[in-house]
Amino acid sequence: MSEITLDTLKPGELARITKVRVKGPARRKLLDMGMVAGSEVELVRKAPLGDPIEFQIKGYHLSIRREEASQIFVQMIE
Amino acid sequence: MENTKIRVALAGNPNVGKTTLFNAITGSRQHVGNWPGVTVEKKTGVRTYRGYDIEITDLPGTYSLTAYSLDEIVARDYIIEEKPDIVIQIVDASNLERNLYLTTQLMELHTEMIIALNMCDLALERGDKLYIDKMQEILAAPVVQTVASRDIGIDELLDRVIEQKQDDKYHGREIGYGDVIESKVLEIEKILLTDPSLQKKYPLRWMSIRLLEGDGNVKAKVEKSPVSTAINQLLASIDQEEYEAEIADKRYVAINAIFPQICTRCNVRLTKSDMIDRVLTNKYLGIPIFLALMWGAFELTFAFATPFTDMIERAFVWLAVNVSSGLEPQWLASLIGDGIIGGVGAVLTFVPNIFILFFLLSLLEGSGYLARAAFIMDRLMYKIGMHGKSFIPLLMGFGCNVPAIMAARSIEDEKDRLITILVVPFVSCGARLPIYILLAGAFFGRQAGTVVFFMYVLGIVVAVISAKLLRSTIVKGKPAPFIMEMPPYRVPTLRTSIVHMWDNGAMYIKKAGTIILLGVVIIWSLASFPWGIEYGSEGSYVGMIGHFFTPLLEPLGFDWKMTVALVFGLVAKEIVVASMGVLYGVGDNPEALTTNLIADPSITALSALSLMVFSLLYMPCVATLGVIKKETGSWKWTAFAFFYGIAVAWIMAFLVYQGGKLLGY
Repeated sequence: MSEITLDTLKPGELARITKVRVKGPARRKLLDMGMVAGSEVELVRKAPLGDPIEFQIKGYHLSIRREEASQIFVQMIE
Repeated sequence: MENTKIRVALAGNPNVGKTTLFNAITGSRQHVGNWPGVTVEKKTGVRTYRGYDIEITDLPGTYSLTAYSLDEIVARDYIIEEKPDIVIQIVDASNLERNLYLTTQLMELHTEMIIALNMCDLALERGDKLYIDKMQEILAAPVVQTVASRDIGIDELLDRVIEQKQDDKYHGREIGYGDVIESKVLEIEKILLTDPSLQKKYPLRWMSIRLLEGDGNVKAKVEKSPVSTAINQLLASIDQEEYEAEIADKRYVAINAIFPQICTRCNVRLTKSDMIDRVLTNKYLGIPIFLALMWGAFELTFAFATPFTDMIERAFVWLAVNVSSGLEPQWLASLIGDGIIGGVGAVLTFVPNIFILFFLLSLLEGSGYLARAAFIMDRLMYKIGMHGKSFIPLLMGFGCNVPAIMAARSIEDEKDRLITILVVPFVSCGARLPIYILLAGAFFGRQAGTVVFFMYVLGIVVAVISAKLLRSTIVKGKPAPFIMEMPPYRVPTLRTSIVHMWDNGAMYIKKAGTIILLGVVIIWSLASFPWGIEYGSEGSYVGMIGHFFTPLLEPLGFDWKMTVALVFGLVAKEIVVASMGVLYGVGDNPEALTTNLIADPSITALSALSLMVFSLLYMPCVATLGVIKKETGSWKWTAFAFFYGIAVAWIMAFLVYQGGKLLGY
């Protein structure tokens, strides 16, 4: 199954994280917030101007910018 | 005698009701200060309960103790270095999974821990089931259910604190990280053990794990030890990023194993929060609703504050006149009347604005909307080199720069915050409006409205350009990544909002007040000396300064009178108009002032425009300067703000005046 990045999901789509390629302090923060391999994420909505994007993960809502989301790899969950 | 003091630290994620719980425990007996050496706020309070003095310190809200941000370092250093007797972790019962992440980290610090399972009502209402006994057993720590907003479970929590202090029934537990990591942890621990001074100060297992994660703060602690070479060698041989991800991963694996045993979550697909967000962050409605809400908050602030502000102003004018009229000699009367009472008045006139604005902001924050505001505006703000969270402070600047700069506290990243603080003064505050009204009214007739509008736009443009400029020069780098929890919408608690309002208002009076008073007394001295001159006249020092700077300000079209008015404007921009009244000998009669201004050949429409531009952009006022000093904690940045503002004002006014002349005006 092919890997896509988190920013390419559509609202309501569910995926599982495979790899976090974000660098720097943001990496640490994302890991702490539950963006670790194996976690399920759902894209909830995009901000009115298209960025940032809101996800549901570990039972809560987290928003990140498209830039970071494009460095997180996921697999779709059917 | 038995020691009856218990030191308790409150830790927890943001948005779990930490502040509400802190207020519920300590009531009004709390103290706000700064952590030594950093600008992060430190709140402490004492609660006497069953003969014990329980001293509670509210640690900054953090998701993790793997220190990257200042908040995390402060929270963690307090626990390790100050060694509180007990750490209470406040856990959001409706958001257990992520909250337990902090729990796993607190365990590693070997502190006595109590878990306050807060907002149980929300979780239970939603249909979740919580197994408290199982949770106590697995986490090896007492668990108390609380609803801080309704004072439920507070006494029980304090009972547990005392129990735990008397006989430590529970001992912490740790999580395992798997064979590969554990063997590395042991290796590092072995090296660390050769330096006995480290063992006395820090839990070594914790230290080893942090080193594997690439924690710079812990690395610095080891740097001074003789074992540092060996440690660095070992760390150089591993892929730290891999370890970092693996360790975070293992913590969540551990949580996933625990979680189903202590909670069965009812999965409601569409919660109330979600439905509200469908409207409030809607693609088309989101921005209009946001702007309407901000406009409403703004109107409300000034509608409520203006009567109080007017009252305070009038009271101080009355006081100054009455106190100083009976005083001899005259210089003393002037010092007390014009200087000190005037100065205290200038400090206090901002208080109603600050109180109301912070009350409303706290309501917005408590309801969860402030996070949405940043979410909605981030894209736009990012484009101009700022963070979504900077929007609210900038917007508040239109009312008064002072609370606007204080509101920048919600921005965690130091650089983002500094830039916001430095550009807020360019946003045209309410105090500058009288200057525009006077000058535009006198010289621009029917175009007056357009000119005033132009001033506001110019302020925004200069703020935006300054943000870009600062980003590319002295505060280099991109805005911090936007990684933000969208908390569920809640009804904010009145007590938290009132305490928040009170804390900020009192802080302003105390800290900024001293600097403002100092500034006011300096300007009073300049206007009153040398001996025997009339207050603020051509012969006073301020008059001399006016003359001295005139050559510098002449290219902008200003004579000495305008210069003096601008010097007085440093106290508060409202004073620019008043001092022009004094200098033109018409007191506070606006019509006579307008007539005299038009009649004065040294002021033309062009120089009036230039004066407005200068008034807009040069250093806002002593109160704002005081707050910049307080919020940045640095004289360097305060001086920078002062001189940068003047430089920008000079350049822009020069362009307007000389450009206008070239165009033949």
